[in-house]
Amino acid sequence: MIEARGLSKRFHDKKRGQIRAVDNVSFTCQPGKIYGLLGANGAGKTTTLRMLATILEPTDGTALVFGYDVVEQPEKVRANVGFLSTATALYPRLTSQEMVEYFGRLNGLDEPTLKKRVDDIFNRLDMNEFRDRRCDKLSTGMKQKTSIARTLVHDPPVMIFDEPTNGLDIMTARTITAFIRECRDNGKTVIFSTHIMSEVEKLCDTIGIIQSGKLLTEGSLLQLREKYAERDLEEIFVKVVAPLYAASETH
Amino acid sequence: MSLRNIGIVYRKELTEALRDRRTLISTILVPLFLFPVLSVGFGALAVSLVGKAKEEIPKVMLRGGEDSPAVVEGLKKLDKIEIVPATPGWKDQIINKEIRAAVEIPAGFQSDVAQEKSDTVKIYNYQGELKSEFASEKVEKYLKDYRDKVVKERLAAKNLPETVLKPFDVKQENVAPPEKVSGAAFGGIIGYMVILLCMSGAMYPAMDLTAGEKERGTMETILSSPISRMHLVLGKFFLVLTAALGTAALSVLSMGISFSVLAHYTAQSAGGRAAASGLLLKLGPKTVISVFLMALPVAVLFSATLMTIALFAKTYKEAQSYLTPMTFVVIIPAAAAMLPGVELTPKLSLIPILNVSLLCKELVAGTYHWNFITIIFLSTCVYAAAALFLAIKMFQRESVLFRS
Repeated sequence: MIEARGLSKRFHDKKRGQIRAVDNVSFTCQPGKIYGLLGANGAGKTTTLRMLATILEPTDGTALVFGYDVVEQPEKVRANVGFLSTATALYPRLTSQEMVEYFGRLNGLDEPTLKKRVDDIFNRLDMNEFRDRRCDKLSTGMKQKTSIARTLVHDPPVMIFDEPTNGLDIMTARTITAFIRECRDNGKTVIFSTHIMSEVEKLCDTIGIIQSGKLLTEGSLLQLREKYAERDLEEIFVKVVAPLYAASETH
Repeated sequence: MSLRNIGIVYRKELTEALRDRRTLISTILVPLFLFPVLSVGFGALAVSLVGKAKEEIPKVMLRGGEDSPAVVEGLKKLDKIEIVPATPGWKDQIINKEIRAAVEIPAGFQSDVAQEKSDTVKIYNYQGELKSEFASEKVEKYLKDYRDKVVKERLAAKNLPETVLKPFDVKQENVAPPEKVSGAAFGGIIGYMVILLCMSGAMYPAMDLTAGEKERGTMETILSSPISRMHLVLGKFFLVLTAALGTAALSVLSMGISFSVLAHYTAQSAGGRAAASGLLLKLGPKTVISVFLMALPVAVLFSATLMTIALFAKTYKEAQSYLTPMTFVVIIPAAAAMLPGVELTPKLSLIPILNVSLLCKELVAGTYHWNFITIIFLSTCVYAAAALFLAIKMFQRESVLFRS
């Protein structure tokens, strides 16, 4: 489970001064469910997810991830999280197998367990053909599979995906969305950010719309349709973010 | 502190480094082949060029001397020079290397000598031009021998012993053992090279493991793993340190082999000169170990400092522009130790880099001032620890890791 409690993050920018990238955001993600964080570019999605993955530290507030506090127990949080984004690249000079093994070891797996886990994952994701190939020689699809294997090697109960299909072709993106569904079906807590409406409609049990660092609304697709009297998610999104978006643009 | 985690990061960084062509070139190939090419190759070329210059029979123009047949005949009999008759434009001919030198015998020189009058014989040459200077030396030697012969004849004619002109001798004698002589002469270079190569060995991995990681997008990947940032930075730091020390060790090895080959070559081609080159090789295991022990905190200092600076950069290229000026910051104090007359003092022993460079000079010469060794080792350890602490702190700053 993920419980964000008043998460806030402020940055200092030389030109713009103090920026509230995330402003008092609270939400809950349940195991076996997918929570979608929907927002435009610069809305605060990545910063929120980076705080949940303890890559960034909140300025105010906190979050509990699988029962661990992101501020107090960041290493325990990371040991229970699989974090995947298009920004989480692979080490080019390691092979696909070495990459996955490296993260398995960093997650504290002993060698026999690691070997078993790696063999299982490589068989399941059909990666044996390129397991000894260096990551800089892999195709985009192979790289994505390796990244998935990297996040899965320690079998984390919580999965965080930050715009995971951004810039990917349709076939590779489908691999990722299938993987996200599989995580939910396996009872994992899943949160993912995107600005692609169709992905949210297809995948999410709960949708949170974020703009200018603020979580403006949340609920299931059905609840949002009722609340905003719109069927189309894009229309709902525009209705929700329009006032803040216009304000942020004038700044 | 988890040594296991540090070891995991170190092994992974080592695997990647050994697969990276640029790291292999800067850490292994350059130090292994730089010295043989620079010292043996260049040295052998220099020896061979000097040898050839000496072997050449230079053309020397004779000006005057029509009334001094004995001197002229003596010059013509020299088998190592070719006397050519005087022609106009002789200065240009020397400058244009058509002739190597010109000798001007004043009018009435021989009769002036017979009458015990003083005269001056002038030798014209092209200063700095090796072959011209060799030609001048040969002519000068002949004339000096001729002068000595005249002096002896005059003394004999007056029944005076040779000691009239030379009542006593003055002689310098070295009391320092050969290793101290070589230390004084070449010790500064050893320290300078070890320091500089520690720096150059650390530079590429320091950039690759920090700015390079940001540029490739793997920084976020590794930060999402449960490893603590301190373990991460220590694993990376030990790899940079390995590269720094490895480069320095390979360089010293390569330098030793190169100089022994050079000394052997010189011994064959120039006889006595071998002794001077051979002095360089009198570096015992004690000296080598001492130099390396002193280089260790310096390598720690460089590795941590370079990593800290490179971490600020977003790209490899940006890191290069930050670190290139660092080379000058290191070269100046390291080279200052080679200046004549610069010696260790309590104040200088606290100046980083300069202190180790000066100490290496002493160590190579076999001098062990334990008070200085202690001060320098401890002060460098303090600087190194501060740099490492700073590197760990920087790895915990989001504004540095995610600078945009």
